[in-house]
Amino acid sequence: MAETETAHVAHQFDDGEQQHEAVTLGMWAFLATEIMLFGGLFAGYTVFRIQYFEAFREGSHHLYVWLGTANTAILLLSSFTMALAVSAAEKGHRRALVAILATTAALGLAFLTVKGFEYRLDIHDGIVPGPHFEAALFDHPAEVQIFFVLYWLMTALHATHMLIGVCVIAGLAVQAARGRPAARANTVEMTGLYWHFVDIVWIFLFPLLYLVGEPRW
Amino acid sequence: MVSTARTSLVLLALMALLALTLVAVLAHLGPWETPVNLGIAGAKAAIVALWFMHVRRSSALTRVFAGAGLLWLTLLLGLTLSDYLSRGWM
Repeated sequence: MAETETAHVAHQFDDGEQQHEAVTLGMWAFLATEIMLFGGLFAGYTVFRIQYFEAFREGSHHLYVWLGTANTAILLLSSFTMALAVSAAEKGHRRALVAILATTAALGLAFLTVKGFEYRLDIHDGIVPGPHFEAALFDHPAEVQIFFVLYWLMTALHATHMLIGVCVIAGLAVQAARGRPAARANTVEMTGLYWHFVDIVWIFLFPLLYLVGEPRW
Repeated sequence: MVSTARTSLVLLALMALLALTLVAVLAHLGPWETPVNLGIAGAKAAIVALWFMHVRRSSALTRVFAGAGLLWLTLLLGLTLSDYLSRGWM
């Protein structure tokens, strides 16, 4: 929680500790709004899963569990590296910070690459709701499309958050490499909070989308 | 300052829970599958929040802010479910 000796304290704060507290509270307030943003989709998911469990099981079986598992592992690893980055920033280890931030961004990109590859497979399988939906694959084609609407929307919203995170982290890595003050310990830590939050969203998305009713491997 | 060793331990715990998820899936738990999967997910999320997000070493006020998001989500899900789960009662 301590700042490095060279940390800059903005004029409105008494000291670095107060600044750190204010920044942290602000980020958590923002994360609360993000929880409600995703929360709305999770609430919709919950309602429809209760009503159409069989259709949800059917839909879930058409997702690629191995890809989802790999992505979960990638994200957990990226949260680990992000935590290391925050430590490096606090200790003032600039070169390590750049390397670790770059690694975190790379892991985020890896997640998005796997997701993109998975989306391509999904589209080819015909599980995009709408005119090209392969209704013949399912016992409950109308209801299973609700599952897939939620799948596409929730993973796309999550992927968008990931992309923003990757850009911010990559930007921080560049700033840190140039020795710019933008990559201060506070900034890295708050970026970390955002990144961990996006990880937590996926931690819940994975079982809810991929593991309904004993997935087929 | 959090040590690298501590951070690595947290990662190990998370990966172990991910492995547990896969074991749970293969175990054919039937109706228990949902609460077990969500329980494991909740454990992972709590570990990320407490250790990676530093909630464990944060001030009381920070914990209130962190808990606020969780509170409102609980209200959203809880009150919505109280409607749908009780529809068969009348």
